[in-house]
Amino acid sequence: MTTKSQALLNWIDERFPLTSSIKGHLTEYYAPKNFNFWYFFGSLALLVLVIQILTGIFLVMHYKPDASLNASGVPVAFASVEYIMREVPGGWLIRYLHSTGASAFFVVVYLHMFRGLLYGSYRKPRELIWIFGTLIFLVLMAEAFMGYLLPWGQMSFWGAQVIVNLFSAIPIIGPDLSLVIRGDYVVSDATLNRFFSFHVIAVPLVLIGLVVAHIIALHEVGSNNPDGVEIKKKKDANGIPLDGIPFHPYYTVKDIVGVVAFLFFFTAVVFFAPEGGGYFLEYNNFIPADPLKTPPHIAPVWYFTPFYSILRAVTYPLFGLDAKFWGVVAMGASVVIIAFLPWLDRSPVKSMRYKGPIFKAAVAIFVVCFIILGYLGVLPPTPGRTLVSQICSVLYFAFFLLMPWYSKLDKCKPEPERVTFK
Amino acid sequence: MKMRVINLIKRAAAVLLFAPAVALAAAASVQLDKAPVSTDPAALQHGAKLFVNYCLSCHSASFKRYNMLTNIGLSEQEIRDNLMFTAERVGDLMTVAMRPADAKVWFGTAVPDLTLVARQRNSGDGSGADWLYTYLRQFYRDPARPSGWNNVVFENVGMPHVFWELQGEQVANITENADGTKNVQLSLAKPGKLSVEEYDKAVADLVSFMVWMSEPIAEKRKAIGTVVLIFLAGLFVLSYALKKNYWKDIH
Repeated sequence: MTTKSQALLNWIDERFPLTSSIKGHLTEYYAPKNFNFWYFFGSLALLVLVIQILTGIFLVMHYKPDASLNASGVPVAFASVEYIMREVPGGWLIRYLHSTGASAFFVVVYLHMFRGLLYGSYRKPRELIWIFGTLIFLVLMAEAFMGYLLPWGQMSFWGAQVIVNLFSAIPIIGPDLSLVIRGDYVVSDATLNRFFSFHVIAVPLVLIGLVVAHIIALHEVGSNNPDGVEIKKKKDANGIPLDGIPFHPYYTVKDIVGVVAFLFFFTAVVFFAPEGGGYFLEYNNFIPADPLKTPPHIAPVWYFTPFYSILRAVTYPLFGLDAKFWGVVAMGASVVIIAFLPWLDRSPVKSMRYKGPIFKAAVAIFVVCFIILGYLGVLPPTPGRTLVSQICSVLYFAFFLLMPWYSKLDKCKPEPERVTFK
Repeated sequence: MKMRVINLIKRAAAVLLFAPAVALAAAASVQLDKAPVSTDPAALQHGAKLFVNYCLSCHSASFKRYNMLTNIGLSEQEIRDNLMFTAERVGDLMTVAMRPADAKVWFGTAVPDLTLVARQRNSGDGSGADWLYTYLRQFYRDPARPSGWNNVVFENVGMPHVFWELQGEQVANITENADGTKNVQLSLAKPGKLSVEEYDKAVADLVSFMVWMSEPIAEKRKAIGTVVLIFLAGLFVLSYALKKNYWKDIH
């Protein structure tokens, strides 16, 4: 480095921790060397977040959160989306990147969470990382829900109507609460404007804050790995973990491979199937919102359907309160319960590699239930489907609530001293 | 104790195995014909002509401007001379003069904008194009309806059969199945100006136009996508080689 640029760097370092931050988080942040396929999804989630923010900035330049009708009788908000799709140069691409990005975000985040489940990444000392992560998931759902109203199509409108109405099931404060959320007695222009504000400013700010907290907490304790053993326990003379390698350059170059592979599949959807078979952009949402015409079947977007199924599975009133209220409670609990995993898992080992048959079977059943719930959430309910979703909902909660017992009962294999790497 | 837990898990797994079968008990659906959608400019131009002549008097295509038809190979002069009946400027949106409130009185319902109809009508039964192609060919005479027309795909539709002159008049032989579902058999009672094959071709061209109109960028999108995927495939090889090289001393 030339003396001049060194002098500049020194000048900055005396005023801002630039060099020490780069060292602490990249060049001298030691990550376990045995990360596998599942470890791509953290960096990919960050990539999708950046895609959503960048495309979102350009969409906001042309989108109009206005529910009033234009001269042709079409809501201005809906027409502005079509304007972006047809007349803004490259607008179609920006919009498809954003709409596909929403689904990709959930694909990546679900796989990222599943990784945590597989290798016990939530266990001590990473409980806070996991809690921040659960909060990110919760906030992401709010972000996606509010964003989905903005195109102001039939599904946007009626989906929001159904979900906001759920809040009215809460005793005493419910009706007023849903009124505050909507800003009106029905989903209307007021709702569209406040959802726009939340989607574009408030929720992303919270989301970015939580992501930063998630990463700071991770870098404080260090990453877990597929073997679930702590690399910090075995260090060399310089205090560097024997099984650790600097994040940069090793994992930056590895993550680039993951990014390129991800972009391959992502752009394949964007360019060849942007509707995602009606799951990423629902067909009904190409019809402008009509408050007088309820669609025969209202289904949330695919990433909400497992939780929506749990909501619908509750069909019994209890303690004089509506079944709908308990459905809302069950749906809320099904998300919040994820945060408690660090204290529910009492297994002596962290990683699935060394866990016993009971835990493995429990995770397998949990995954199958989650997928069935997701599938049923897309379909209109029938008595048979409701029964299946009830069984799956019970198993979903049993996975978490019985974990303290079955994880203790299980016959685990011994953990290795060092990570396995071939 | 442990045996019992494992048995319980086995039983739960068995229940789950059969769950999809219960969930999948399917609902009845409409039989749709496969639409021969074309991207050939001649077909699209013919479709545009039919659309402007037969649809645009009641249905708007309000997200489209007339001059966007230059993308299917028409010149602005051709558009002005042949396709613009009510609009003044070639940059105008393809709107209609009929007010939604009037439409409600005349047809019993607001007349939908058709720009996106090919995307709206996608369903599990078939593509939006299939729906339109089947719908536009399955009007039949029904004296019980105010317009005198009914439709197999869209029962009791408010729209009259605008192509009756071309297709002729079909009549329906409706029989009821044992399970209560209806079976409709159409036959041509009075031939129109076009033969059955010619009419099918005309509808196919119109549907092709509506598919194009619903997403004019679709063809270009796929073309760009191919280049993007080839680029990314190449980049993948390079990035993988880079990773391999960096990681060669990690053991």
